[in-house]
Amino acid sequence: MTATDAPLQQPKIEWQIGRVLAIVAETSRVKSIILQPSRWSGHWPGQHVDIRLTAEDGYQAERSYSIASPPEEQLLALTVERVEDGEVSPYLLDELRVGDALEFRGPIGRHFIWSQTRGGPICLVAGGTGITPLMAMLRHRKGSRPNIPASLIYSARSLADVVYRDELDTMARRDLNLRLVYALTREHPSDWNGHRGRVNEVLLEEHSFTREQNPTFFVCGPTGFVESISSMLVTLGFDPFTIKTERFGPSRG
Amino acid sequence: MDRPPVSRGFKSRRQVSEAARLPPGQYLTTDFPVLSAGPTPEIRVADWKIALQLGGSLLETWTWDEFEALPQTTITVDIHCVTKWTKLNTVWQGVSFDDLLKAVGLSEPPDAFVMAHCDGGYTTNLPVADLVAGKAIIATRYDGLPLAPAHGGPARLLVPHLYFWKSAKWLRRLRFMPRDEPGFWESRGYHNYGDPWREQRYDGD
Ligand SMILES: Cc1cc2nc3c(=O)[nH]c(=O)nc-3n(C[C@H](O)[C@H](O)[C@H](O)COP(=O)(O)OP(=O)(O)OC[C@H]3O[C@@H](n4cnc5c(N)ncnc54)[C@H](O)[C@@H]3O)c2cc1C
Repeated sequence: MTATDAPLQQPKIEWQIGRVLAIVAETSRVKSIILQPSRWSGHWPGQHVDIRLTAEDGYQAERSYSIASPPEEQLLALTVERVEDGEVSPYLLDELRVGDALEFRGPIGRHFIWSQTRGGPICLVAGGTGITPLMAMLRHRKGSRPNIPASLIYSARSLADVVYRDELDTMARRDLNLRLVYALTREHPSDWNGHRGRVNEVLLEEHSFTREQNPTFFVCGPTGFVESISSMLVTLGFDPFTIKTERFGPSRG
Repeated sequence: MDRPPVSRGFKSRRQVSEAARLPPGQYLTTDFPVLSAGPTPEIRVADWKIALQLGGSLLETWTWDEFEALPQTTITVDIHCVTKWTKLNTVWQGVSFDDLLKAVGLSEPPDAFVMAHCDGGYTTNLPVADLVAGKAIIATRYDGLPLAPAHGGPARLLVPHLYFWKSAKWLRRLRFMPRDEPGFWESRGYHNYGDPWREQRYDGD
């Protein structure tokens, strides 16, 4: 065996062309892109795709985007937030049109994944667009086994920045096993009786199940957010092996 | 696919003066982003030990002070993360894999593969050929300062010519093995070898 032989050789995840079927404005800084893949053999909630843009002169840029749609759906939904001065996200938000071809490959990653066969409880903690892969988990849970206890702690700057808000509120209203908690860090309505400010240990402890219930955590967002949440969970006594993290990129502070 | 479709209206926004140093699909960053599967462990150097293992037996273990007393190597290298960022001219200090072998009296490696074991249970597999002859160090300093926990401190493996997940953080044990076995990311969809210049990101690339 040579050094580069994989012990279990898998087929390459090939690049393919997706067709943009719809673009949905979610908030002022976030849009969802609905893609029709040319072929798709399913995915796990939590997985991502890589997209690749090619300029006239052959220059290429690749970035990763989590899949927001559940495996039960035939179309893929990506949810992209504008990063000011970014190379790829402003293109996806401002230039991409319905009907365009978008090159991508996936699904990718087998660590930050959950499916109903793994059971629960699950505690999902999102910072900003970190909600994307967690939304795939919640949508999948709703369609398969909504009795699995779940909580979502979702940190956003303001109510207007909460992505999928109507869908989440509706989901939580109809589902006694799902607890939904927003933490609004910058602005909140004057009559807001939810959490104000950043997610802290008290909020986490209150909504993350007990150690005896042995929840699995999925924490996703900017690097600084994920670092702080996961270390608080360790401080609260949860087993580091039960805390799965996905870091989207630099922290915006 | 022969030629990828042109993305209408897409132009590079970057000044890529160092294009030749960028592997395919990578972009330059000046930040130092973080990738790990779980929380960052807090490790006190007083409790820290590192071990070299062959089969079932320990060849040697070093405490922090003993490890710091080994010959030190400083290297300046480009690093490439599978999440697409590349950072140029990073400066690291630590103990080279070659010096570690010398310290236990080995003139050549006893097996063809190594598994790196880390705090938090993470592992990554490497051919020994990719560690010897100055190709890898166990780094304890970045930019002249002790390595921060988020970046793998107190000590991480550094194998800069492979994707950065192979440069295992929070390193505690290097185990020689006669046959290759996949590590943590390698059994979760990532490539077994991880050469950025051949864009070996995922299984099957
Ligand atoms: C596994 C994975 C999944 C991801 N899923 C999603 C997703 O579902 N939705 C989504 O919107 N993004 C997601 N991201 C982030 C995404 O891949 C890009 O990094 C992001 O869109 C910025 O790319 P850009 O080309 O616009 O900016 P770049 O040109 O790469 O960066 C421009 C500037 O912004 C900074 N920057 C880069 N990324 C971020 C960031 N995330 N936050 C703040 N500042 C940043 C850079 O340091 C740089 O200074 C994911 C990343 C990973 C690794």
